[in-house]
Amino acid sequence: MSCCAAGTEGALDLERAPHKLPSAEELVISSRSVGPGLMQTDLAVPAVHCGTCITTVEQALRALPQVERARVNLSTKRVSVVWRETVDGVESDPVDLPRAIAATGYDSHLFTAAEQASDTLRNQLIRAVAVSGFAATNIMLLSVSVWSGADAATRDLFHWISAMICAPALIYAGRFFYQSAWNAIRHGRTNMDVPIAIGITLSYFASLWETMNHGEHAYFDATASLLFFLLIGRTLDHVMRDRARSAISGLARLNPRGAMVVGIDGSREYRAIDEISVGDQIAIAAGDRIPVDGRVIGGGSDIDMSIVNGESAPVPVKPGDLVQAGTLSLTGSLTIEATATARNSFLSEIINLMEAAEGGRARYRRIADRAAQYYSPVVHLLAISAFFAWGFYDGDWKHAMMVAIAVLIITCPCALGLAVPVVQVVAAGRLFKAGIMVKDGSAMERLAEIDMIAFDKTGTLTLGRPKLVADHAMDPNTMALAAGLAVHSRHPLSQALARAQAGPVTVFDGVKEIPGSGIVAHKGEDVYRLGNRRFACEGQGSGRADSAYSEVVLSKNMVEIAAYRFEDMLRPHAVAAIADVKRRGFTLGILSGDRAPVVSAIAGKLGIANWKADLSPKEKAGFCAEAETEGAKLLMVGDGINDAPALTAAHVSMAPATAADVGRQAADFVFMRDGLDAVPFAIEASQRAGRLIKENFALAIGYNVIAVPIALLGYATPLIAAVAMSTSSIIVVVNALRLNRLTIATDTLADSGSAVVSPSKARFAA
Amino acid sequence: MNMLIYLIPIALFLGGLGLVAFLWSLKSGQYEDLDGAAWRAISEDDDRPER
Repeated sequence: MSCCAAGTEGALDLERAPHKLPSAEELVISSRSVGPGLMQTDLAVPAVHCGTCITTVEQALRALPQVERARVNLSTKRVSVVWRETVDGVESDPVDLPRAIAATGYDSHLFTAAEQASDTLRNQLIRAVAVSGFAATNIMLLSVSVWSGADAATRDLFHWISAMICAPALIYAGRFFYQSAWNAIRHGRTNMDVPIAIGITLSYFASLWETMNHGEHAYFDATASLLFFLLIGRTLDHVMRDRARSAISGLARLNPRGAMVVGIDGSREYRAIDEISVGDQIAIAAGDRIPVDGRVIGGGSDIDMSIVNGESAPVPVKPGDLVQAGTLSLTGSLTIEATATARNSFLSEIINLMEAAEGGRARYRRIADRAAQYYSPVVHLLAISAFFAWGFYDGDWKHAMMVAIAVLIITCPCALGLAVPVVQVVAAGRLFKAGIMVKDGSAMERLAEIDMIAFDKTGTLTLGRPKLVADHAMDPNTMALAAGLAVHSRHPLSQALARAQAGPVTVFDGVKEIPGSGIVAHKGEDVYRLGNRRFACEGQGSGRADSAYSEVVLSKNMVEIAAYRFEDMLRPHAVAAIADVKRRGFTLGILSGDRAPVVSAIAGKLGIANWKADLSPKEKAGFCAEAETEGAKLLMVGDGINDAPALTAAHVSMAPATAADVGRQAADFVFMRDGLDAVPFAIEASQRAGRLIKENFALAIGYNVIAVPIALLGYATPLIAAVAMSTSSIIVVVNALRLNRLTIATDTLADSGSAVVSPSKARFAA
Repeated sequence: MNMLIYLIPIALFLGGLGLVAFLWSLKSGQYEDLDGAAWRAISEDDDRPER
């Protein structure tokens, strides 16, 4: 959808709206009170991406009488609306809000309000950066005067002032490092923060001692700038993760928060999902997701199971059949009897599997921490040996102390502490621009070392949208008939048929949809039927199970006129992307829960030799865990609820933005492009980032090899230390910026319905 | 030398003023929506955040 034509497309969009508006009860559940009679509701509007979008959505909302304020946040793609519960004594309907947004052509979703914790942490970090920046600049000003030859009394005064500025900064801004270092030490580990914490503390107190004794060299400036640089790295790292997280939660698919429970006397009551108990009867309308596992007791429908088990064709259900939580009822309304509470439904079984699979990834240690493992003992050993060597050599323990401090400062983990986060932030920014979210830096490190890729089929290699196979010449008249029937159904096959008809469609009278079977209609004396073979031609068995295609038959008075076959549409660029990763020498495979003929057809089309079909979620996760134990590094790409345990068990994982919530949360990367070329691009970016990180380490170590001897010999003055420190940091940052040349074709950025990533998203990478 | 007695506190005070101004702007939510702010600057209507 282009933002500029939003208004004109609105009507069309409403008809084809992929999901229904949230109900009033759901909106009230997710709103919070912000004053007497005022409620605030936050909605995610993933498609807003420019100034016109902002004014369109805000004006549409402000036109409503109950709306007090409405403000769109373009960065998080959300709109927060404050509305009055009553207008002139009449209770206002909260559904008006999403309805008003939908009328302008934008989709809005409720989202699970993200915890505010990460936001407060971000603000704390930025405040710490500001404080340490203030301290670093002012102390540096004073230090410059000292270096340019202030006499003794002035020098002491300046040192005292520096000490006073540095102390609060050390406590306020340094607390992140102290906390993290203390955590590591308490668990018998060491990380990058241990040498940092020791370095800044030691150098501060040694400089204080120097100042009291009217010494010449104080390292306050180094202490403060070290803090400042490191906090920048830390903040960038956090902002990158935060951004990905908020973009992902903003996409949250509308999971039912409650359901309409039908009482014994036929009364209807809307209840939150946790309050549904076994045996409750629940009414489910066409287009609703099923909230808990249950048994159908009334009505009939076609159930879309793709998100749950990868089955691409909808499954008809009738009374007595079991349905699983998370599946989507497409064509008819159902009454089900809950057989499990929300906590014990199919989804929670998946979550248990995921928890079992967690172990593999928790063991992965980030490259910075692995470097710290060698780095910190070496540095501390060097400092201690320099201290004793100088002490015994000339008995001047004060000088020995200063040399030891100089070693700690000179080998400052600054370059090392910046080397990794800056590269990862730049890489994440490039990926973000290409519509790929990264959960954290370690995900890129893990992606850089894979040698095997496993794909799920439905929704990952394919879009999960059926397409009419034009295998024989379609007679336009028959097509018009079929499409005329198909437009009346929400069944995905019917919708694909209706979409395939470009010309006019025949008009019928008395159209009736029979859920789980098809559509029946009259035209004059004739009865037309469109649906599965058994329904359309009464009693002839269907050949569905052994065919790679789904089939819809059009019949006139029970005689077949035409049979239409459908196949799942491949993602754009799928063939090229698969060829690309193949060329890079990865082993490829498909792990699908769908039927074997369908999977083998896709595998043949893409040239993937290894495939497994009919897999349960447990088998998928088992395969990933097995690959892990055999020493292979597996990338899993999947989207369904059934893929979530596998996504967790794999070495690293990716999911499309259209994936189920639980799958998106399990994945390390989420791509918002329609095209599968996101996979090779993410691999390419991660490998380049990996190379740059190694280069940066080499630069930092090379610099230390030159600088450390100078410090050990006692020639390092605070001036030399400050210059050396800054240059090393600048070098690694400049080196990281080379990643900015990485780009991808922008033609497959997913359109409406998922976020459109604006170039400015990569702002912090530029 | 005597100058320093005045100048250093003044310099620190001015720097501190900048710091306080930044912290205030952070607290008042001016960094919440940087992408949106870029567009709002060129929009016609006067839409100030009603915080």
